[in-house]
Amino acid sequence: MSVETIVRAEFETVAREQDRILTGLSDETVLLESGLDSLCFAIIVARLEDQLGVDPFTASEDVYFPVTMGDFIKFYSDATAA
Amino acid sequence: MPLRPETLRAAVAGSRANLSGRHETVNLSDLGRALDADLSGANVLLRTSDQLFAALALIELDGVAARIVICPPDVKLEHLSSVVERAAIAVVVSDDPALAVVGMRFEQPHLPKPGTPVAPSQKTEWVLFTSGTTGAPKMVAHTLEGLTGAIQPANASDIVWGTFYDIRRYGGLQILLRALLGQVSLILSDAHEDVADFLARLAPVTHLTGTPSHWRRALMSPANAKINPRYVRLSGEIADQAILDSLKARFPDAAIGHAYASTEAGVGFEVTDGLEGFPADFIGRPGAVEMKVVDGTLHIRSPRTASEYVGGAALLHDGWVDTTDMVEQRGDRFHFVGRTGGIINVGGLKINPEEVEAVINRHPGVRMSRVSGRKSPITGAIVIADVVLNDAANDNATFKDAILAACREKLPAFKVPAMLRFVAALELTAGGKLSRHA
Repeated sequence: MSVETIVRAEFETVAREQDRILTGLSDETVLLESGLDSLCFAIIVARLEDQLGVDPFTASEDVYFPVTMGDFIKFYSDATAA
Repeated sequence: MPLRPETLRAAVAGSRANLSGRHETVNLSDLGRALDADLSGANVLLRTSDQLFAALALIELDGVAARIVICPPDVKLEHLSSVVERAAIAVVVSDDPALAVVGMRFEQPHLPKPGTPVAPSQKTEWVLFTSGTTGAPKMVAHTLEGLTGAIQPANASDIVWGTFYDIRRYGGLQILLRALLGQVSLILSDAHEDVADFLARLAPVTHLTGTPSHWRRALMSPANAKINPRYVRLSGEIADQAILDSLKARFPDAAIGHAYASTEAGVGFEVTDGLEGFPADFIGRPGAVEMKVVDGTLHIRSPRTASEYVGGAALLHDGWVDTTDMVEQRGDRFHFVGRTGGIINVGGLKINPEEVEAVINRHPGVRMSRVSGRKSPITGAIVIADVVLNDAANDNATFKDAILAACREKLPAFKVPAMLRFVAALELTAGGKLSRHA
């Protein structure tokens, strides 16, 4: 399964668990407008760390936060490829 | 038999009761000497490997030694020199020469032999370690009078006490003193003994005590079929409704009580109505034990509190001890919700792990749980849960959904575990409490 598939699946799962309605998950979707709050992102990041073995937020030396869904997927793809 | 004895040895005079360790039983009626040396006026570090020898040494030394520092088994070697220095120790008393302290006088207790006891010459200070988990252990000073302040006369002569606790800590020491003053028998635990073997040894017990975690572990052991206490007591951790109900179901004829006590604050109160928490009118009621709530935290003032930290900061403020146990009033009852140091902070919102555990534990398939914080780069922390099921063979996926659904119903979203794992067992500390630093 590709990193992108895993990331997208985790967004769907957490949205369902947290009773959130995703406004869409295209590459251009701004994360903060996706319908998820920071608790949802915290959960997604922790679960992806367990599945993919990386937490790019903690590992990265740059103070960089992905803004769009496309950024987020690339953030994880780059981290797993590194 | 005086209920407020001058010394512990006076308390057991005329007793016919037994004190049973894992390997030996001592009948208190022919108690001679367990220690050959006369340690009058000495500051003693009591550091035994076997609880029975600790009990024998306490009877021998109370009223004789100036100070007895009772060392629980898990005090780390690296902290020993600081303990010796702060408590001005002169003699180490131990059944195990391997526990001697280099350069210090060493005395070894043995099973009682005929002999004339050393005459009592002073009030002995009893020093206990607090159940703190990190850094050098804190020591608090008690008197025999304060330690026995909550003990009522035994109401039956056929009582046999048993305890999952270690008698070298406050909770277990209470039971030792209760048995000795009541002149009834006591069966001691042993850290190296299998739960099933200990439960088998507890078969004669009528009065049995432990932490909620001890009890959960006992309920998980098929060997609990061997015990049938008529009095069940819990203390040392929050007794939630789930464990009270489980014990009631397993021991329908037993009186079940949960007590509030701590090494610093002494015995506070006991609740016997089968419900978690305690009646709101306990706060502010007159009596030997006064209680108040300050900023959500329980404070206690009573003759049973410790007097001071040995070689440390002040313990009492105007006579009051801050228990650091947080309580919350719901209707006509106060509930314990956690400890001031144990808070998980999720994006600035605070969570007591115990509050979430109480909801998880209420699920009928759950035996015990541990809720903790996991570091998060987004919110600082998220809530995670490790859960032990009654029957490991159950369908975990169904249980997980049901437990999380119950959490979502009872708790705001930020308190619901973001991740829930099933584990075979959860580690307990040497004191029998859920290990929160594993």
